[in-house]
Amino acid sequence: MADSSAAAHHPASGDVTKRDLLQLIALSGAAIAAGAIAWPLIDSMNPSKDVLALSSVEVDLTPIAEGQGIVVSWQGKPIFVRHRTAAEIKEAQDVKLSQLIDPHDGLDSERVKAGHDQWLVVVGICTHLGCIPLGNKPSDPRGEYGGWFCPCHGSQYDTSGRVRHGPAPLNLALPPYAFESNTKIKVG
Amino acid sequence: MAGLHKSEFANPVINWIDTRLPIFTMMQKEYGVFPTPKNFNYLWNFGALAMVILMIMIATGIFLAMNYQPNTDLAFNSVQHIMRDVNFGWLIRYAHQNGASMFFIVTYIHIFRGLYYGSYKTPRELLWMLGVVILILMMATAFMGYVLPWGQMSYWGATVITNLFSAFPVVGPKIVTLLWGGFSVDQPTLNRFFALHYLLPFVLVGVIFLHVAALHITGSNNPLGIDVKSPQDTLPFHPYYTVKDSVGICAFMAFFACFIFFFPNLLGDPNNFIPANPLSTPADIVPEWYFLPYYAILRSVPNKLLGVCMMFGSLIVLFVLPWLDTSPVRSARFRPIYKMLIWVWVAAFVVLGICGAHKPEGIWVILSRIATLYYFAHFLVVLPILGKLERPLPLPESISQPVLGRRSGGGPLPGAAPAKPMEKA
Repeated sequence: MADSSAAAHHPASGDVTKRDLLQLIALSGAAIAAGAIAWPLIDSMNPSKDVLALSSVEVDLTPIAEGQGIVVSWQGKPIFVRHRTAAEIKEAQDVKLSQLIDPHDGLDSERVKAGHDQWLVVVGICTHLGCIPLGNKPSDPRGEYGGWFCPCHGSQYDTSGRVRHGPAPLNLALPPYAFESNTKIKVG
Repeated sequence: MAGLHKSEFANPVINWIDTRLPIFTMMQKEYGVFPTPKNFNYLWNFGALAMVILMIMIATGIFLAMNYQPNTDLAFNSVQHIMRDVNFGWLIRYAHQNGASMFFIVTYIHIFRGLYYGSYKTPRELLWMLGVVILILMMATAFMGYVLPWGQMSYWGATVITNLFSAFPVVGPKIVTLLWGGFSVDQPTLNRFFALHYLLPFVLVGVIFLHVAALHITGSNNPLGIDVKSPQDTLPFHPYYTVKDSVGICAFMAFFACFIFFFPNLLGDPNNFIPANPLSTPADIVPEWYFLPYYAILRSVPNKLLGVCMMFGSLIVLFVLPWLDTSPVRSARFRPIYKMLIWVWVAAFVVLGICGAHKPEGIWVILSRIATLYYFAHFLVVLPILGKLERPLPLPESISQPVLGRRSGGGPLPGAAPAKPMEKA
């Protein structure tokens, strides 16, 4: 048996033999086992339980003067909290969706909490390549649209955190947050 | 074009690569058609098993290193973080921790196979010596890895083992200070042990490559210990031994899994659940089980320097084993006296291991001295003399002959064609 020629296992007609099936079963068994071993190793690189536990942060809004913004860290990301002036709110509300690069969540009313129009909370990461835009302090460059200006590649955001000038493709992301009182929010 | 390799592979992509870099031809030659003695028993699985466990150790180790902190303040807690917070961290760490024990079980059996069947004899002396280098590197790696969790046994194990070097006259204390990077086992020690624990496995891979390369020059030994005489004595490595190794790997993985999932701390020491305390030595201090025989040798000698020399000597003597054993016959099957004495040596090794686990008092001191004596006498006295005195049993003419002879009275196997050479061999 062991010495019989290879031709016996592969008839000239090219038919499938029992040995082909056994080989397939053996190889797929080995592949499944390798995958089962590899998965725990790969999954160990996902966020660990202690990282996931650091999921929310509270922000006191009282020290933020009108026209100013602050940065808080949430899950290692910068969160911009901006106290908008009445002019900035008006400017943000008057923009039509057709003027936007990214119309998704493009209305200013979709980007702030109802009744809290003066507070804009966005993830402060440029949607182009991940730099942190300038513009929280009134003395920072804020770009032509009065919001934020990214120093890396010149993307500009308006007073609602919407991208108005490329190369960034998307508006600044909105983190999950809620008002705990009129002067305090909880991000996450 | 003269330098290009002429590839025989039909697949055009493989052929293109193989023409320029003949790795496929090499793999086919060394692991495909490689002529391998056809009478291997399952003891010949253990080299491949050691390779598998090394790969598991490197893979799990890399992922552990992503979460471990080599800092005396953080190390212990970072291991607990791995156990509790990191996804599957418990599994990866238990696989790595028990994997070290598995590596030694497999390697000790692999070495026993070499001793029993005389695999260290000419022309495989260098192959054997590379194996001894691998064993010593493994021990260094295992020792430094055991220090990393920074528990009590880690700390005091590191202290005791590094202090071994203080036994050497004049330079001893300077060597110890150099190893520590300070005046006790501390942050510099932990940090460098982590670096070396990460490095040495890759050095191991290099030496194992040489070990395997040397093996493929001499060819494998076999249970009869006689040379391959003709292609009829061999089988192509694939599929015959790839499949036989796979069976062994499956059985081994089941054994390994029992430890990981059911008895993960059986081979560990409870003292290592206590964070390292440089001001208090635990009452019962023992090394990991795989070091116990050497530890027993160390303690059996009442003189510090001599004890250390004997302990290192127990490994160094293996380097010259090929020249100490004067018998030209390899396999213990044909050496009636050696066949008994090799088991006496194994018994001495096991007794040393048991002695190492007990406090050196009363009967354990006497037993460990007797066992140490035989450990060395076996290599230094018995083997050189036995080779001259022993009358070996008659060796079979070839690997094929006893197999075929037993089954059908010397004739060929029915249905087989033993006279026909293997097509590719």
